[in-house]
Amino acid sequence: MHDDWRPSACRKALHQRAGILAAIRGFFAERGVLEVDTPCLVGAGATDPNVPSFYIAYEGPGAPPDGRLWLQSSPEHAMKRLLAAGAGSIYQITHAFRAGERGRLHNPEFTLLEWYRLGWDQHALMDEVADLCRHLLGDCTVERLTYTQAFRAHLGVDPLEASRQALVASADGLGLGRAALVALDRDGLLDLLLSHRVVPALGSGRLTFVYDFPASQAALARLRPDDPRVAERFELFSNGVELANGYHELTDAVEQRLRFERERAARARLGLPLPDVDARLLAAMEAGLPPCAGVALGLDRLVMRVCGARHIDEVVAFPIERA
Amino acid sequence: MASYTTSQFKAGLKILLDGDPYAIVENEFVKPGKGQAFNRVKVRNLRSGRVVERTFKSGDSVEAADVIETEMQYLYTDGEFWHFMKPDSFEQYAAGKAVIGDGSKWLKEQDLCKVTLWNNEPLSVEPPAHVNLVVVETDPGLRGDTSGGGGKPAILETGAVVQVPLFIEEGEVVRVDTRSGAYISRAKE
Repeated sequence: MHDDWRPSACRKALHQRAGILAAIRGFFAERGVLEVDTPCLVGAGATDPNVPSFYIAYEGPGAPPDGRLWLQSSPEHAMKRLLAAGAGSIYQITHAFRAGERGRLHNPEFTLLEWYRLGWDQHALMDEVADLCRHLLGDCTVERLTYTQAFRAHLGVDPLEASRQALVASADGLGLGRAALVALDRDGLLDLLLSHRVVPALGSGRLTFVYDFPASQAALARLRPDDPRVAERFELFSNGVELANGYHELTDAVEQRLRFERERAARARLGLPLPDVDARLLAAMEAGLPPCAGVALGLDRLVMRVCGARHIDEVVAFPIERA
Repeated sequence: MASYTTSQFKAGLKILLDGDPYAIVENEFVKPGKGQAFNRVKVRNLRSGRVVERTFKSGDSVEAADVIETEMQYLYTDGEFWHFMKPDSFEQYAAGKAVIGDGSKWLKEQDLCKVTLWNNEPLSVEPPAHVNLVVVETDPGLRGDTSGGGGKPAILETGAVVQVPLFIEEGEVVRVDTRSGAYISRAKE
């Protein structure tokens, strides 16, 4: 009676998925971007408090001193080490892992398409993301607005200047208890408003880039030199789904180390696991990460968009419950 | 007190919100790639039946509602309360009009009902999907009409009024769907 040996995706979706993978490889081959393949099992876990990693105990040959390896939450660090070593523009299609993320749009193991372009900024990279999406989805409207414009247009508040009270007031009616609302920090409130209010209002059928995120959410993006309140980071949304996240990359090793330490401090406050900072990435950045822009695109979600699927299980062979 | 974290959320889970028991109808995990995770849920108030949306920060926990569904035999009504009994333990429970609601018109002694208990008190009663009831009052039928083309109202032993075919007569037993209130057939008893 157990039929969980069967794939959750239908054969047609698996064929479409294979077609998309081939089309992506063709797209980058034509543009001279090199495909690379970095390990899933890595020595440093993500320090971002919102990115929960899996770790693996390993005592065999080549084991690190603490006997702990991580399943990558993204190939970003390894790919940046390749960039610092002179690889040129590169892309990768790989599995990435997030412990505890499961739902209609999430599986703890998922597929990322990540790529880096030397010498580009976030706008040039947004152009290329749009080209790739059109290549796979057919023609569709593309729009671009800043994080501030998106909040102003759909919520009537300025995310950079609004008081905490004003943000809390905007979140009223979302069904979050008063105590939970007050317990959220400013970025938590902005995430709540972005995911519950702004993104659903962006409309359907088109590709919407939101860029210039608040500096507090810079992640690995550089701050805008002429307006350090914002970071040169963008996200792509379509039909209410986040498809991609990209940066004009931070190349400053000192600033990067500071950010890692800030994230670790936040983890310590929250009582979360404390991975070491990725010393190899920092060493690569000290050796010289060339100026570049990079983006990670959720491949499963892109396949969902092409297939018109509502649930990620419709486009992956074996989601976690059947893995 | 038992509680659930958001990662245990799924349809059907019974939780306590603002002192009322709710059942989760739908659970959506909402998380920006680089941001705070939330669970957006649709929950049904098990008292009022109303469905509302709530949002939780992922990782937060919610008190569990002690809600269980059991099969019980309907015994009798004293006019104010409807009395039920667990067939295995013979424990008896009394449910008031607010709990029984419209369902009272389908309750026939000895029938097995689904009784939902909250903190060991009846919260709702669901009569069997199909019941057999005696017609106590209806206009005389047209003898020989078995086409079922027309219909007429009939009062059943429990007080329920249903549309029955013209050929049904007083004293006959009919089978009725309690969810739609529709006549199904003559009961073959």
